[in-house]
Amino acid sequence: MNDARPPLVELSHVAKSYRRGNQIVPVLTDITLDIGEGDFVALMGPSGSGKSTLLNLVAGIDRPDSGELRVGGLDISQLAEAQLAEWRAANVGFIFQFYNLMPVLTAFENVELPLMLTHLSRRERRERVELVLDMVNLGDRTSHYPSELSGGQQQRVAIARALIADPVLIVADEPTGDLDRASATDVLAMLQRMNAELGKTIIMVTHDAHAAGAARSLVHLEKGELIDGHAG
Amino acid sequence: MAIPLTYIARNLWTRRLTTALTAGGMALVIFVFATVQMLDAGLTKTLVSTGEPDNAVVIRKGAETEIQSSIDHQQANALEMHPAVALGPDGRPLVSKEAVVLISLVKTSTGKPSNVVIRGVSPAGLALRPHVTLVAGRPFVPGSSEIVVGSAIAKGFSGTRPGDSLHFAQRDWTIVGIFDAGGSGFDSEIWGDVDQLMQSFRRTSYSSMVLRIPSADGFARFKADIDVDPRLTDEAKREQTFYGDQSKALSTFINILGITLSTIFSIAAMIGAMITMYASVANRVAEIGTLRALGFKRTNVLAAFLLEALLLGFVGGVAGLACASLMQFASFSTTNFQTFSDLSFRFVLTPAIVVKTLVFSLVMGLVGGFLPAMRAARLKIVDALRAQ
Amino acid sequence: MYVLKLIARNALRHRLRTLLTVLGLTIAVLAFGLLHTVVDAWYAGAAAASSGRLVTRNAISLVFPLPVSYENRIRGVDGVTAVVRSNWFGGIYRDPKNFFASFAVSENYLDLYPEFILPAQQRADYDRDRRGCLVGRQLATQFGFKVGDVIPLKGTIYPGTWDFVVRGILDGRDDSTITRQLVFHWDYLNETVRKRTPKQADQVGVFVLGVANPDDGAAIARNVDAVFKNSLAETLTETEQAFQLGFVAMSNQIIAAIRLVSYVVILIIMAVMANAMAMSARERTAEYATLKALGFGPGFLALIVFGESVVIAVAGGGLGILATPPAASLFKQAAGGIFPVFKVSTETVVLQAACSVAVGFAAALVPAWQAARVRVVEGLRAIG
Repeated sequence: MNDARPPLVELSHVAKSYRRGNQIVPVLTDITLDIGEGDFVALMGPSGSGKSTLLNLVAGIDRPDSGELRVGGLDISQLAEAQLAEWRAANVGFIFQFYNLMPVLTAFENVELPLMLTHLSRRERRERVELVLDMVNLGDRTSHYPSELSGGQQQRVAIARALIADPVLIVADEPTGDLDRASATDVLAMLQRMNAELGKTIIMVTHDAHAAGAARSLVHLEKGELIDGHAG
Repeated sequence: MAIPLTYIARNLWTRRLTTALTAGGMALVIFVFATVQMLDAGLTKTLVSTGEPDNAVVIRKGAETEIQSSIDHQQANALEMHPAVALGPDGRPLVSKEAVVLISLVKTSTGKPSNVVIRGVSPAGLALRPHVTLVAGRPFVPGSSEIVVGSAIAKGFSGTRPGDSLHFAQRDWTIVGIFDAGGSGFDSEIWGDVDQLMQSFRRTSYSSMVLRIPSADGFARFKADIDVDPRLTDEAKREQTFYGDQSKALSTFINILGITLSTIFSIAAMIGAMITMYASVANRVAEIGTLRALGFKRTNVLAAFLLEALLLGFVGGVAGLACASLMQFASFSTTNFQTFSDLSFRFVLTPAIVVKTLVFSLVMGLVGGFLPAMRAARLKIVDALRAQ
Repeated sequence: MYVLKLIARNALRHRLRTLLTVLGLTIAVLAFGLLHTVVDAWYAGAAAASSGRLVTRNAISLVFPLPVSYENRIRGVDGVTAVVRSNWFGGIYRDPKNFFASFAVSENYLDLYPEFILPAQQRADYDRDRRGCLVGRQLATQFGFKVGDVIPLKGTIYPGTWDFVVRGILDGRDDSTITRQLVFHWDYLNETVRKRTPKQADQVGVFVLGVANPDDGAAIARNVDAVFKNSLAETLTETEQAFQLGFVAMSNQIIAAIRLVSYVVILIIMAVMANAMAMSARERTAEYATLKALGFGPGFLALIVFGESVVIAVAGGGLGILATPPAASLFKQAAGGIFPVFKVSTETVVLQAACSVAVGFAAALVPAWQAARVRVVEGLRAIG
């Protein structure tokens, strides 16, 4: 639904290509797209459509070759690398298909990790971590290592990690790709709660129709181009 | 430290075998490095502590060691009378006229003969060296065929306990005591009455003189007077300088050998560290990508891997140092190239050596881990994340 | 052979790691070789010694001389063909750093040392000039001494300044002959000493004896010593080799330490290589499982692991062996006078090769065993 408020994410004529050997392969061509604040967008398309690349650009872990990319009014394509890192730490939460937890850190320590970039005291960090782990129903598993947790539990730790710094934007790349049906449903419900109760804007890349069903808006990509013009 | 220390340390612990092998290699290098320094420190301590700061030694000009030197009776008497020389409690100058010869004794450990210093001393000889104390038996009676042996001699050569006798220079000499010289060169010597020894060895002149000259000015005057006097073909040195100079060749040799070995060995160990750290980076590419995505900067990643390498070096350093410190219980004896006599000394661990060694181990870790850490820091986020 | 191809390709997969491992081995084998050569150099004097010569010295210590009058009595002992007087001079040329051996020797010196080659003209010139001296080829090359140069030496045992005129250059018959010494006339030493420090006159450092039959050496030595038993200066006569070995024995702890350390470096590189092989093996668990699934047995898997390890070790070791002789000559130049002979022996090379293979083998033990033991099912699960 279009809000009166300005969109959180604004892409304008964004293009991106990769070099493979001495060939240049275009991945995204002329993308113009708005994503409203508080929206829950599913980014869909066949393999090679560029959906993950689009997610990477919005999340600030890759740069567009041309075009403008604004998040929260800030043109992030103009930021230097170190500033971009700081921006991500404050504004973006990540959820990956394979959870990407640090195997040598406990659940608690994994969730705490983003807070190491802040100036919070040890006590303050502990309070927030415990709060967030409770939110994802893992209050009793804080001292377990990822190898001691199921896939669904690991993804919940990842969600907690994504929430801990209270970012405005959550990006999720195939969050249910490695989960069984029950855990997948669990995780999707949690994402919906984050969106509805906490007002987080969520952009989720998926090829799973079931996952897409949990989202509010749908964006289709094919061969680097948008099929629908904008969200909603 | 943005990336937590627990993350860094636990990664080393998780890959225990690799960490142990790499740190083990570094520990061996550190062991050699530290031990050679300890050997040199022991050599220095032995030789420098052999001298008293207040004593002066006179030998013939041009001679480098007492063995090569000779001072005749006239010169000795003249030197004795110099005003700068301190007087003993009996009012006589505190001077020892000494004759140094070498004999051959069979070393217990090798069963082969080794050269041992016999030093004939005047009655003031013991008094001039307050750090030399009798630990068994009694001092020899002046004018007799009695001798006392140093603690290293008693330990290293058979038939050298009080009551035993040695046969040399066509006479039997009875051992009546053992002295301890605090780890200095005298521990490897045998002392007796200078006149008796000279008679037996048919020597007519002394080798050297030791005099107590407490003041620095006094020594300067003493040295200058000797230099200008045409009748005196001698030169004077502070006792500690004299013994320090005698070990220069051996000390230099030990140092050069030690540095060469440590350098070459450390290259091998650093290669080991490099292999380990490259693998460490390669195994955690996805983690590095995640950390960067979460907001950690390239410099954070660089620092984390450098720290991991430093920690590796530190573990190796501590292990190597611990083993090296055990060497303090061993003793080392060899022939001093310059004086041609057997010298026994220990391995000494000083705080300076500990610091130098730990720094060396950290540097090894740093150099070995530098390139891999750079590689980790230079990864592009999207490439790293793709490498699941 | 298929196995070799697999081994070679595997080794090249992780080019950087393989390169680093080979480099590490090269350095370790090189260091090992150098250290062994140092130990050999220490024994070089003994190696150059002839069994046809005996050395007679003062029984108490080398530091004490023998009276020159002993010479005729030694000559009278059955089996002794020649007696040479030799006094260690110990002169310093300009700076103590430039240390080299200098001896005062009697006229028949060269007759007893056939390993030295000297042109007849130079020999004649030397014999005629009382202040003449002969220098070894290596010494001449190092300091640029030429025939006709005056060499000033500062005496340590015999005080004062001594000038000698180079009358000839001694060459060695083969590589093991040491040509790093200076010799001059014993008579010149004695007559000068008689004037300057009379107490030191008419004394000989050691007598070097030539014997008719080297097999009789031990018996002749005993007979010589028997002549002087219970006299003022008793003698000790031994073969020249035993005499040289006596010097080596004085530093035997240092030598033992150097030998020990040379094996420490091998241990270090063994740890490094074992680590590298273990890492490689761990990364290839899935492949080993696949090979097993395809029907290859544990023996085959162990073989390719051992094979890779040994190939890398031999490559590194080979480079190390090749690098040792040039490194040895660099070392010799840097070490100056300490080691007149510094050659890499065959024994050293054999040991280097043996150590390389041993390291390659030992490093692969655990990984090979683990590879052979891989359970197909678990190994395949390790993929994806």
